[in-house]
Formats: sequence, structure tokens, C-alpha cells
Amino acid sequence: MSAASTVNPPVVFTQDELGWVSWIDPLPEAELTERHFAGLVDRSRAKSEYFRLLVRDPEVLEARTKTDKDIFYNIADGLPRAERELAAAATSRYNGCIYCASVHARFASTYSRRRDDVQRLLDEGVGVDLGERWNAVVKASVALAATPVAFGPDNIEELRRAGLDDAEIVDVVNSSSFFNWANRLMLSLGEPTK
Amino acid sequence: MSTKDIIDTLAGIEPGSALDAIRARRLQARDNAQKSYLVLFEPIDVSEVSLAERAAVAGFVAGLHGVSPVSAFYRAKLSANADGSALVGAIEAEIERGKTSGPYGAFPVGPLSVENKTGLIYRVSADRKPVLGARLVAALEHAHLLVFRPRDAASADMKALLGAGWSNTGIVTLSQLVAFLSFQVRVVAGLRVLGASLGRPASAAANA
Repeated sequence: MSAASTVNPPVVFTQDELGWVSWIDPLPEAELTERHFAGLVDRSRAKSEYFRLLVRDPEVLEARTKTDKDIFYNIADGLPRAERELAAAATSRYNGCIYCASVHARFASTYSRRRDDVQRLLDEGVGVDLGERWNAVVKASVALAATPVAFGPDNIEELRRAGLDDAEIVDVVNSSSFFNWANRLMLSLGEPTK
Repeated sequence: MSTKDIIDTLAGIEPGSALDAIRARRLQARDNAQKSYLVLFEPIDVSEVSLAERAAVAGFVAGLHGVSPVSAFYRAKLSANADGSALVGAIEAEIERGKTSGPYGAFPVGPLSVENKTGLIYRVSADRKPVLGARLVAALEHAHLLVFRPRDAASADMKALLGAGWSNTGIVTLSQLVAFLSFQVRVVAGLRVLGASLGRPASAAANA
């Protein structure tokens, strides 16, 4: 086990690049087989402690990674990348995953060029006013992240009023839902480091 | 037009419907959400987490999210498992004891502490520990943590699982199972609400 006392964890939400250390044992790089590399999808992920931990169950990791890539990177149509990242960042802010929020807030800033607004989401929380369209995306993401799920017809109406079509609404649902998966892995298997 | 997968089934999406067509545009996401379900519930290796354990934890996690087609589906899966059917009553009782609203919990000590929110710290009832066994007791307590207060998770929670007989690999699979269900429950809920908002059942929109 990694010694928690050596960790210097961030105590606020940030767009800075953070590290992450595992609380249980990742597989050593030298022990990875072709089955594991298939699970990693990108061979370079063997350098990451997080992925070398998740690759203990390579089949789930492979399917999860491919789900992730299509939800966020397949931008042939549907929601602009910036707003998929906004949904991921808002979900992570609400669930309390400082690591996931840092990565996806950074992406949201890059693709939207609205770094200050993204920072306000991190600083002030999911109730912040970011304008009609972003407010609708953040509110829908938060309603989906609640347990029990609080997403309802009002969220759909709000997204439509903000200009989203049905395919774009599905992208909000997928992006937010996916981060309910990711947040729970990053929060429970280890912790971020500055 | 696609063959119905588990999300279609639980969300009430028919082949050829408007939502089916939208999902078909994210084919890799669709296929791999299905594959995630299959590799968790029909795995090639059950040496670290048994099928009965997977079904029991899934029944518990889906039930904690409230009554829905998803919770009914995983309850039925537990009932259908030879070793799991005897656990249905205990899991149902624990769902009732564990139900609450999330997310809540504590942030790392600092400026975010003002956002800390207290809530139920769930533990399996002493009465049901013998029927569930030490491994499942630890798994349910961990699952409840992940469902409602993931930001409370700490290295000590890993030690509790290791102490109850879970291996490092078993912990990864258990974590994926709970986290995946957190995703699947929400995709199904979101698509259901969207489908209903189309003004008629998603299946009737086939030739729109």
C-alpha cells in the first residue's frame, strides 16, 4: 500500500495538473501480458499507476475505456466537445472528485475558451450562473448525479430551451453518467497529489 | 436499426425508434456499455469475485437508487443465481436500511470543509451478518460508501476489504461493478425521461 502520509493532497478544486496515487497495488509494468495491453487500449497507459491498477480486470477496463473515448471524442455530430467536458466537470464538482474535475475543467477551458467561467464553477460550485446554455447543462448533470436520480422532464425542457436537440441531450446524459462511473473509481481507489 | 441491448431493454427503447437512431451514432459507446455489462456479469474469470457476489452487490446498488426497471432487473438476476436466491430477503432488508440521498460526505480539510454534508454511515445490521458472510458484509458497506458518499472514501476502506478477504484484483472488480452500475442506472433514467418527452413511447417514433 502507498503510504498516505507521503501524499500532499490538493484541498481545493483546481485546473492545475494533479498526480494520483493508488491505495492498493497496481500491477508492476514488467508483469503485463498481451491480455493486459488489450485492456489498456493505449500501450502508453502502462506508465500510469491508475491504469495499471484498473488493468487487474482487463476486460472491464477495455470496455470502459472504449465507452469513454466514444462519449467524449466522437464529435462527428452532437454536443460540442466543450459542453461534454463541462458535464464531466460539473458532475465531478458535485460528487467531490478533485482529480477528475481538474482534468475535465482543463479540457472544458481549452475547448470553450471560457477559462474564467470554468474556474467559477470550481470555486463557487454547481449553483454558479454561467448563462442559459451552460446552466442547463450543469443543472442536468447534477440532477443525473444525485442519488436517487433527480433528472426529470424539467431538465429536458430547460436543455431544449437552451437550444439542445435530442442527440445533444443524449450526449449530456452520457457524459454526466459516465463521470458517475469515473468519479467513483478515482475517489475510492486512491487519492490526488499536487 | 440495431438489436436491443440491456440499456434499450431497461430504458424501453425499440429498434428503429428515434432514440435507437441517436444511440446508433455512438456505436462504440453503445457496444462497449453492453460489453461492460457482459464482462461484469458473465466474466471469463470468477476466481476473485463469484457470480453470486456480483449479483448480490448489484441487487443492493440498484435497489439503493430506488424502484425502477433497473432495480427489478438486478433483483431478478440475484433470484436466478443458485447461491444468490437465498440472499434476496437479506439484500432487500439492507436496501431499506441503507436508503438515503446523496452525494454527501467530507472534503479534504481546508476551504471546502464548509461544503461538508453529514449523512448516514451505513453498516450491515448485526442480525444479517451471518447469512451474508464477512466478504459480502464488507462489500455492501463499501458499495454504500461509493453510491452515496464517494468523497468520504479513504485508504482505511481498502484495508477493511482486504481484511474481509478481498484481493487487490477483487477490489478492482468490485469497484468497477458499483461504479458501472452508477453509470448504467443514470443512462437508463436519462433516456427514459427523454423518450417520454418525445410525446409518445420511444417505440412509436419509429418512422418519424
